[in-house]
Order: sequence, then structure tokens, then C-alpha cells
Amino acid sequence: MERPLHFRRPVGRPKGRPVDPDAASRVASLLDGLPREPDQLIEALHRVQDAEGHLSAASVAALAATFRMSQAEVFEVATFYHHFDVVREGASVPPGLTVRVCDSLSCAMQGGEALADALAAELDSAAVRVQRVPCVGRCDRAPVAVVDRLPVERATPASVIAAIASGARACPAPPAPGFGDALAAGAYAQLRRCLAGEFTPERVFAEIDAAGLRGLGGAGFPTGRKWRTVAAQPAPRLMAVNADEGEPGTFKDRHWLETAPHRILEGMLIGAWAVGASDVYLYLRDEYAGVRAWLERELPALRAWLEVEWAASTGAPCPGVHLRRGAGAYVCGEESAMIESIEGRRGMPRLRPPYVAQVGLFGRPTLVNNPETLMWVAAVLERGGADYASHGRGGRTGLRSFSVSGRVRDPGVKLAPAGISLRELLDEHCGGMAEGHALYGFLPGGASGGILPASLADLPLDFDTLAHHGSFVGSCAVVVLSDRDRARDAAANLLRFFRHESCGQCTPCRVGTAKAEPLLAAPAWDAPLLAELSRTMRDASICGLGQAAPNPFDSVLRFFPHEVSDR
Amino acid sequence: MNAPSAALAFAPDASGAPIRFVLDGRAIEAAPGESILACAARHGVDVPHLCHRDGLRPDGNCRACVVEIEGERVLAPSCCRAPVEGMSVHAASERARASQRMVVELLLAEAPAAAQRADSELLRWARELGVEGSRFSPRERVERDLSHPAMAVDLDACIQCGRCVRACREEQVNDVIGYAWRGDAAKIVFDQDDPMGASTCVACGECVQACPTGALLPRRLGTHAGDAVDPSKTERSVESLCPFCGVGCQLTYHVRDGRIDWVEGRDGPANHGRLCVKGRFGFDYVASPDRLTVPLVRRADAPKVAQFDRVPANWIDAFREASWEEAMTIAAGGLARIRDAHGPSALAGFGSAKGSNEEAYLFQKLVRTGFGTNNVDHCTRLCHASSVAALLEGIGSGAVSNQVSDVAHAEVILVIGANPTVNHPVAATWIKNAVKRGATLVVADPRRTELARHAAHVLQFRPDTDVAMLNALLHVIVEEGLVDRAFVEARTEDYEAIAANVRAFTPELMAPICGIDAGTLRTVARTFARSRASMILWGMGVSQHVHGTDNARCLIALSLLTGQIGRPGTGLHPLRGQNNVQGASDAGLIPMMLPDYHRVDDAHAAGAIERLWGVPIGREPGLTVVEILHAAAAGSIRGMYVMGENPAMSDPDLAHARAALANLDLLVVQDIFPTETAWLADVILPASAFAEKTGTFTNTDRMVQLGRQAIAPPGQARQDLDIIVDLARRLGLPWAYAHVSEVFDEMRQAMDSIRGISWSRLEREGSVTYPCAGDDDPGHPVVFVDRFPTASGRARLVPASLRVADELPDAAWPTVLITGRQLEHWHTGSMTRRATVLDAVEPEATVAMNGRELARIGAVPGGVVRIASRRGAIELRARRDDGMPDGAVFVPFAYAEAAANLLTNSALDPQGKIPELKYCAVRVTAVEPAPGGAPLQ
Repeated sequence: MERPLHFRRPVGRPKGRPVDPDAASRVASLLDGLPREPDQLIEALHRVQDAEGHLSAASVAALAATFRMSQAEVFEVATFYHHFDVVREGASVPPGLTVRVCDSLSCAMQGGEALADALAAELDSAAVRVQRVPCVGRCDRAPVAVVDRLPVERATPASVIAAIASGARACPAPPAPGFGDALAAGAYAQLRRCLAGEFTPERVFAEIDAAGLRGLGGAGFPTGRKWRTVAAQPAPRLMAVNADEGEPGTFKDRHWLETAPHRILEGMLIGAWAVGASDVYLYLRDEYAGVRAWLERELPALRAWLEVEWAASTGAPCPGVHLRRGAGAYVCGEESAMIESIEGRRGMPRLRPPYVAQVGLFGRPTLVNNPETLMWVAAVLERGGADYASHGRGGRTGLRSFSVSGRVRDPGVKLAPAGISLRELLDEHCGGMAEGHALYGFLPGGASGGILPASLADLPLDFDTLAHHGSFVGSCAVVVLSDRDRARDAAANLLRFFRHESCGQCTPCRVGTAKAEPLLAAPAWDAPLLAELSRTMRDASICGLGQAAPNPFDSVLRFFPHEVSDR
Repeated sequence: MNAPSAALAFAPDASGAPIRFVLDGRAIEAAPGESILACAARHGVDVPHLCHRDGLRPDGNCRACVVEIEGERVLAPSCCRAPVEGMSVHAASERARASQRMVVELLLAEAPAAAQRADSELLRWARELGVEGSRFSPRERVERDLSHPAMAVDLDACIQCGRCVRACREEQVNDVIGYAWRGDAAKIVFDQDDPMGASTCVACGECVQACPTGALLPRRLGTHAGDAVDPSKTERSVESLCPFCGVGCQLTYHVRDGRIDWVEGRDGPANHGRLCVKGRFGFDYVASPDRLTVPLVRRADAPKVAQFDRVPANWIDAFREASWEEAMTIAAGGLARIRDAHGPSALAGFGSAKGSNEEAYLFQKLVRTGFGTNNVDHCTRLCHASSVAALLEGIGSGAVSNQVSDVAHAEVILVIGANPTVNHPVAATWIKNAVKRGATLVVADPRRTELARHAAHVLQFRPDTDVAMLNALLHVIVEEGLVDRAFVEARTEDYEAIAANVRAFTPELMAPICGIDAGTLRTVARTFARSRASMILWGMGVSQHVHGTDNARCLIALSLLTGQIGRPGTGLHPLRGQNNVQGASDAGLIPMMLPDYHRVDDAHAAGAIERLWGVPIGREPGLTVVEILHAAAAGSIRGMYVMGENPAMSDPDLAHARAALANLDLLVVQDIFPTETAWLADVILPASAFAEKTGTFTNTDRMVQLGRQAIAPPGQARQDLDIIVDLARRLGLPWAYAHVSEVFDEMRQAMDSIRGISWSRLEREGSVTYPCAGDDDPGHPVVFVDRFPTASGRARLVPASLRVADELPDAAWPTVLITGRQLEHWHTGSMTRRATVLDAVEPEATVAMNGRELARIGAVPGGVVRIASRRGAIELRARRDDGMPDGAVFVPFAYAEAAANLLTNSALDPQGKIPELKYCAVRVTAVEPAPGGAPLQ
């Protein structure tokens, strides 16, 4: 009888990879003080990655043992996130320094790809790894490179090399005032009014309703309605702040987190109070290391104050405030994926129903808000909902923070009335087009919102107003294309992004993005096939990523067909 | 089919009223919580689906089952959506079909090999949806992974549906398979993307059973690398049982060319489709060239050699072939001569817990009436004799109070002295499932085993200190007022004695003895006592001690004092080892018990049996296994009939046991292989393997189940039942059983417990739980609900005092030897070491010890060490297992070339007469360094 071939495992140990005692003690010291709860796994992976520059197989096995998980459970989480370098036995360890160069649309338009190539050519690959990465949230100062954690804006090969030479690696914390100073200067006044009973939760909901405040992470869901829904769910209820801004072209949350963090924290705590959340999780994208440094510095003081103030005013314990660090995954900006990530798993979106307001974090009803949304809450309470609602153009209400990048003279975060048109935005806020560029088209909502032609530059920009054109504003990330750009190049860039960022869960998105990207490389596109594919991606993908991923090529076929037709 | 409960989709309405909705224009009703997919299937509408499989949690990732729901923006996965009242659903609309087809087309491109097999679900749906091929570019090809001897991994056929992940993680909870990386790079991995054969995979094969496209396939055993099983070549499929452990998994033998080709789990009550590596891949021992196929008689010039390392390769030279007539004449004539010359008590028989109920019943009937002695026993003596002694004494029944799967209803599960992930793998899955559901698991064992990862409390107590630890728990329960007074008063007796006994056993005093800190002992006691339902499962770590009965008494007391028995999810479950150890014991294969545990010295019961059998039987209890071998050594027992047992491997102090067997005037061995016992035989009768016969088997859950013959015995091998009957007739008994069912019918007359289980019902239902009084009695999964089967109806609380092992370590013999089993090898290895896959995975004897012990003796993992006890010595390779405690080593007893039982001590528990197989003193020394283990690739 012929014996089948198989791997003959060593008899000297049980099945599989044993835990190396040295790795176990190394990992144990790195994890000092960290609870071995599943939701701390990603933090544990960060600690090992930060300390050792990678995650060795031995470290993964040791992490699994200490968390009482299997190796597969740890490995599948570690390999999901781009910021973890999982290194198998025998594979080479990444160099000590990583320079990340953004190649998403805004940076690519400003030479990001050439920058990456130049750096890769000039730097010693044994010492420095040059990695192309998706949007790092600094699109107004493109191209951007990040040396370890230090961002280099409007980067050139020379400036990046100088930054490397400087030895600086950390992203400095923004210069926002500390918690104590802010409190002394009158911050958190609206929260104190809530705690003191000056407002009821109902009154807060009513003011927010009156303001017409909507979710500014991109979905535009009415905030007051969301708060009421969560407040009506059975306790315990939880809250999560989705600061995983990652939509290419979007940087307004970082802007506000750097310049108005106390307003955001105040809104967050008002939300927790209003819906009765027992714990708040602030999920911050890993790229925003400066904001993280600031929060790590200031949150202890906030917590200490809360413990006293909250109990004194309400007689109840204050909510726990937890800072959670993303690990490089755009899809974790999708609220249920973020929840999975907070729980320590792969950031794969959940199916709805149930909605996270009913069954969210740790299976509890969860209020999820975007930082900017929360930032407006205190202002709404301070000045009344009607004040916020008084802004707006063309029948739209409220204010929008447009992240403007691309071919404009003066890019940046532009606080403008909802309903403003692209042309007005350009003229009133951005100093018009950049020198020598003429408007060709624009992306009203980052990678997901589609690409519109210059002919539609007078449409009001707001939730729902672009639906007829297969487009949406989402997080109001406006990328302006000029006559020197091609829409098809933008679409190809965006599809590459979606393919890179697809979580891999559902077929339409996982396979659809992978099959669409090469189709876009053809000089003439297979429009019927792309249309069929688009339909299924929109109709059958689990989350917004897959549903919006065809927007770029659909837009090209609709508004820029001359770029991709046979003739 | 593989999960404990039906898959529930998100259920907005749990009121219980049916939900009326419209599917493709037709008004239908869904049960509350039922998915659109399931409801549609029930109404004859098959919505395409790939990632969904009945029994697995619906995941909704493949999107092949998307349907159009009126009023919704996008399509919905019908496997994960429950309809609501009035909903209008289109499963076959142009829009729904477009996406269903596109999903299939995308997957055809992504996984080109996925549609190649005839049984591919992707191929099925491609055909049904009219998808001819794919217009998209194919994915890059992936190398096949043939590193595992049992399974082939072909990710070219993988559609990332995650059924294998859910099977591995959510059903079996082996947690080997992961879904790693991201996007279109996402892939199924084993551990850290390791080759399957190098991973922690335990080869339960649940993933293979779950895979819809053949990305994971069973390999054809004994064929060229990579050859996978082709179900379309199956000629016959026979519904039967697994021949290995006491869990009693139902399975299907798929037969091709007269041989078992592959095995599939069946939806039996104990396994719900799940199997372990032995059941799924360990079946080809039946086709081993080592099978006995012709009767053999020892040559006159071939003396028995009692001292041997393993059966010599030329063993056959000691025997000559004989006709059945001659062999049976020698066997029966020899036995009769000894009986007539030396009296019936010069004879003894060992039946087997691997045989059927009918075989066990006729075997003991033959010994009692043909031999005329009660000297009949079997390996139950070596497994749970002490547990049964304590149970009979305490609650009047040796059987389990609750079935394993009842842990689903438990709040606290205490597993002590058992390693179910290895020895009862499918039972362990129910425990792990319960933990996932939220149950608190307490694992108490000197070794830290795989189950410990799932436990809230791991009590790694010192070997031999069970009573100290358990009495400390009882102390806390008594002293902290955790006793269920009402239960104790209404249902038990002798409370004062046990309360007084445990008074001195404070956790603080016991902590230094058992090695578990007092705080933990108190916490565990409180947790156990206060829970809504606490269940205790134990194994041979409890029973195989000279104080095994005392150990079990403590567990019974723990259960009784806290009122944790007699309800769903709470009670006592000694995990039975062999597939039919429960049934063989029930059938009276015990020296002091008749069928249904009536004592032979109970004149009333014995009289009833005599009336049924029409023959008088002895009132004197017979000798037990170890006692019989002592008597053989002493010459007072001269003739033995051994059927399917291997005492020359399984008994303690093998040198002595083998000498005793060799000392017999006549040893008749009936087996399927030339076992160590057969090597000492005078007559060898070739018998039938499990898959070659039909009979009933009773699992650890008291389920009487029907095993059906799938293939014919080889050569002249005969059915065991025929051989017993033949022997009986030659000994003058007028037996005439035309069919195995007639034996079962007779058993029902002798045994009230199974009276209500008719053969036709077994043929119909496949499994019936006893006690069962009649055709309309569904059987009783939970017993002792309102009374115990004792004379008073009450349970007895029996105190246990501290007693140490018979042989304690000292300076010369400093280490404790613990023996037991491994996942792949069953009992003495006679079957499993002849199974291709099992032998490939665990090919040689190893001793498990921790890194400190290895360092202490100067040995390295993989190196050869020598273990000696006062009784013998073996050499084998060291396996580093840091779950082992200091000062102890573990050796599985399945390896003849390094037989652990050469070392073990035959000291007996006074009540259970079970030998102390879990504890003796040895000396371990390094012999040679390791040949060097191959690194993971």
C-alpha cells in the first residue's frame, strides 16, 4: 500500500507551533498592565509592533497564549490591519524605519507616486522601507509622506530625506489648550448645564432636531433621531465616536480634532449623558498620531474631572472614556466594522438589521457619532438649534466642513453653508482654481461620491442633492480636477484604493473590486460588463464600501465617456 | 445539522405567531425567526446559496442568496433576513437574479477549481442559474496543500464562504482555521497560514464536511498523494455508528469496491453530524493486511513467551491454520475439560466494551451458564468501576444523570480528571459551545489540557490530591451556608456524617496539599453551588486511583449538597470510555452483577434470570479483571475466553499480567488482530470488525443506538455473535438465535431499563434513550428528577477521607507516571495504529513532560528517554508539553513498543477493584539527544 505524502511533524512537541518561552516573556513585559480581554487584542498588537517593528510568528503565538486565543484568531486580526507587519519564520523583518507615501488621489495628482518612486530609489532599502499607502488625511498639503509617525507635508524627496536625517519620528501633538486650561476658560459649559439638570435629555434632542443636525461622517442621518432611538433602548447602552476618518480627500475631522478637541469631547459627553451611555469608546485612526498624543495626554485629566463632577451633579457614576487606536483600515470607518475592531476583531462590517443602535458594541445598543457632528452639539445648545439651522443656501440648512484638495489655489477645510455649489466654494473659499488650471470635474464626496463634470459645478452640494447624478457629498471631501487631469485616471486610482481596502467579506466587493480594477486599465472600457458588475456591487454588497466602489467608473461612463470609448 | 439549534435569522418578531409575507407573488407563512431562505425552501423555492449551510450560523457573505424586498434600497441576503408581516419578497425577479448570477460568475473566475467536482455547490448553482462561464480574468493559481495525511487543501476551489471557519471555530471550537489578510488577498489559513499538516489541526474533518466546493477534501487513504474522495463513485451508503469512544456519534459509511471509502457525520442525537479524527478518518483498520482471516491453533512446538516487547513479526510461525470446526472443538473441548476437572471457577471470560450489547449479553450468559461461573468481566473494570461503585452506593444507578449535550443548559460546568478534547472530542464540542454561549467552565486536572483555554477557572491540582481538593469545596459549601437545605432534606440521607467529615477540610489547610489556593477553592465552590444549574463531568483521572471511589463520592456529594442534580443542565456524568462500556455493563458483563445491575447474590433477581434462562447460576460474585489475572498466575484459573479485549496491553503491571495469561492451560482469543493477548493464545478465532456486523451499542448518554453492517468480514472471519453461540452450543447450551434482534428481544425481558425499546423502533429511530418503558415512551435524558433508584428513594451522602496513592515517589523513584490516551489512538492501539491517518499523525510512542523536567534530566524534545518503575522499563521519545506539572510525566498506553502498562501498579481501589493506572512512581533518564525536529515550513 502506497503511503500518502504528508508533513511529518516533529514528535518532540504537540501539534502546531509551540509557544517560545522567550517570546512569551517578551510579550508579557510589553503587555504589562493590559487586561487580557479580547477587545484589547489590537492594542496588544500595537504594543508589540511599536516595540519590535513587526509581529513575529513567535510573538503571535505568545499573544495567542496570553489572551487564551488560538493562533488563527490572533493571526487573522493582525493580518487584517495594514499597520501590522506579520513576519513568518524565515521571512525578512522590515527595516527599522518605514516611510509611508500617500498615493491616493489628491496626493497622486500632486506627484505622490513619483515621490514614492524617487524615495525608493534614493533610500537604502535595508534601512528604510518606502511604502505606498492610502490617504493619510492631509490632502490639502499634498503630496504627503510620513516618516515613521512624522508627517512631511508638500513633500519632496529632499524634504523627506531631511526629515529622516533630523531624527524626529513622532507626530507632535496639536497646540490646542490642555484640559485644565480649557475648563478654566469656560469650556464644557454646556455639559455642565446638562449635568446640573438645566437641560433634560429631551430638551437636548429637541434642540438638535431644531438645528437639523445630521451625521457629518457621510451618511447624514438626523442626529436627534439617532439619539432618541438609542436612548429608548434597554440599558446598558454604549457610545462610540467614529474618528476613523479615512475617505480619500477627507481631513476635516483631523482639523477639528486638532483645533477644537474640547468641543468634540464636550459633545461626546453630552451625547453619553443624553442617551445614558455607560462607556464611551473613541476610535481614532492610527494615522492621526498627533491627535492621539494629545488625547493620551489630556484624557486622564478629563476622566478625573468627570469622576467628581458627574457624580456630584447627577449622583450617578460617570461614563468610562476609552481611547482606541485603529490600525490602518479604511473600512473601519464603517460604523459596524469599527465596532468589530473595537471588540478586537477583523474590521468586517456587520449585516443590518439589527442596527447598531439596537445591537452594537459588545451586543449593546450603541450611539455612534462622527467627531464633527459632536462638535456642533455644544454650539447648538449654547446658541439654540435655530441658530445652526439659520445657515444654509438654496433651501439647505446647517454648516458643512468641506475638505477641499486638488487643483485649487487655496485648499483646506472650508466651513461653508450647506447647499453651496462647487463654483461658489471655489470662488468664495478657495481663491478659485490653481494657477494655470481650468475646472474639468470634481469629486464632491471623496473616493465614494462619484466624479462630476464641470458642467454640474452649480449644483447645491449637500446630502441628497446629487442623487440624480449618481453622486453624493458624503463627508464633503471635494477633490477638484482640472483640464490637466483625466477622470479615468482618478477612477483607476480610486478602484485601486477600494480593492486595497475591501475587507474581503462579501463576494461583490471582494471579487468585484479585484475584477474591476484591471478592466479600467483597458484603453476602451467594457461598458456593458462594468455596468452589470456595478449593479451587483451596489445591490448586493454588505456595506457602503462595496456599494459605492463602482461610483468612480460609473461616473466616467456617464460623464466622461470620451475618455474610455473606442474612438 | 451540525449545530445544537436551528439557525435563527434576526428575528424582529419573537411573539410566536407565524409571519405572513409574499414570496414571488405567493402568500406564504414563516415561523418566527425563520429566515426567508429557510422559509422559501420549506415552500419548495430553492434560493441560490453558498455560504449558508443548515446548522451553521448564517453569515450572509457570499451574496448568492440575495433577494429583492419591496421598499428596500438594496437587495437582502435571504439567509440572514427574517420576513416581517406583509413583506413582499422577490427571489426570482430580474434584479435579484442579475446579482445571484453575477455572484456566481465572479466566483467562477475567482475559484476556477470550485466548479470542477460533480458535487460542487457552485457548479450546481451555475447550472441552475444558467451561468456558463466567467467573463472575468481568473485569480492567480494557488498551490495545493497536501501536508496533511487525511485532507487535501485546494484553495483554487475556495470561494471564501467561511463555512470551514464556522465549522472549525463555532461548531468544533478547535479554532485552527482563520480568515486572514484582507480584500481579494483574504484567504483561509491554518494557524498562522501554516501548512495544514504542520498546524494545530486535530483533523476532525468538520471543515471538509462543510466545504461546498471541494477546497477541502478527504484524501483517499492509501492512494497516491492528492487523490481525493469522489462521492460520485460511492456504491452504497450505510447508516451506522462510530466504533471508537463512548460519545456514540452516528455516521455513514460510504462503500466503494466493497471497502469503506469515506465517512460522513450523521445527525445523531449525540453528535449532530460532528465527528473527530478517529471517527472520520480512522476507519481503514478494517482493511488492514494484519486482519485475522482464518482460525489459528498454537503449534505444539511453540511455547508461550510471556516476556516480550511487542508481538514479533513472525508471530504466525507459532500457530497453524485450522478449520473452524477444529478450532472450535479445541476451544470448547478444552474449556469443558477444565470446567469438569477443576470446577467452574477455574474458568473465566473477558468480554469487550467494544462489542455490541447482544455480544456482551450472550458472552456473560455463556460464562454464567456454560462455564458455570461469575468470573466474567471486561475493561469497564479499568475505566469507571470505582465511579460506578460510588454511584450505585450513593444514588443507586451507575449511569449518567444527564446527557453530555445537556451542558447547553448548564450555567457552570465542572470537568475533572478528564481530557475530553482528546478522549471524547465531540462531547468536548458541546462543552466548548456552552462556554461560547456563556457557561462558566471549571477544569480540574493535574495536566493543563486544551480545554483549559476555555475555562474560567483552571484547577491544576497535584496528582493524587482529589479528595483534599474536593472536600475543601464541600467544606466551603457546608460552612458558608451554600447547602441546598430543601434538597438535602427531601432527597438525601446521612447529611450529618458528611458535614462533620468535611469540617476539618478548610481550603486553607487543603491548599498546600492540593496546590490550589484557598481563595480559588472558595470561589469555585460558591460558583458551583450558587449557579442555576451545575453539571459535573469526569473521567479516568478521577476513577483510576486506589481512592477512585472516594473521589467519586466527593463529586456525588458536591452535586447532592448543592441540589445540582435532577434537572436539565445539572447532574453527574462520568464520561464513558469505550463505545459500548455502558451497554456491556448494563448487559451484565460484570462479575457481581447480572443484567441491569442486579447483584448475583440477590436471590430474587438471580431467580428471575434463572427462570428466563432456564439454567441455574452461581450466587457467588466472580473475580474482577485484575483478580482473574492474579488467579491465573496462581494457577487457580486455568482456562480463559477473551473476546475483543487486550489485557496483555491494557492491564497494569504487564509483565505480571502477561505471565499470568501465559500460565493458562487454555487461552481462547477472539479478535480481529493478532494482539498482544492473542500472541499468548492457544486458539485464535478470527472475528468481525465493527463495520462488519449489526448490533446495538449504548453510549455514555444512555442512548441505545443501532450499528449496521456495511461490509463483509474478510476471509473466514465470522461474526462475533455466531462464534459465541457456536461455543455455547458446543458447551451443551441449547441456544438458537436466528438473528441479532432475537438476542436483543431476550435482553428486553431481562432488563427493565430497555423494555420499551423494540428492535423495529431502533431500526426506525436509530437511537432511543433509556430508561424507556414502552413504545410510546420517548426515553429519559434527565433522570433522578424526583427520586433516586435506591431502596429509600433517597441518595446517600458518603464521606471520604484522605488516602494516598499506593506507590508514592521517593528518592529512587522520584517522578509520578500518569497514563492515558491520545486523540489519535484508541485504547491499546490495536485498531488505531493500523489506521493509515491515525498512524501517520501519531506514529510513535512519546512521553509528555514540561520543559523544566526535560532540563532536569538533561533531555531534549524529541530525544529518547528511559522510564523505569519497580516493575519494568520502556524507552520512548520525549515530547515537551508545558501543560504538564512538575514532577510528573504522561505516557499514552497505546504503544506496544513502549507499553506504559509495563510500568503501572496493579494496586486496587478496595470498592471498585480498579487499578491505580493514573499514578505510580518512576524514574526518568535521558538516553540520547534528539535527532532534531524539523522546523515548521
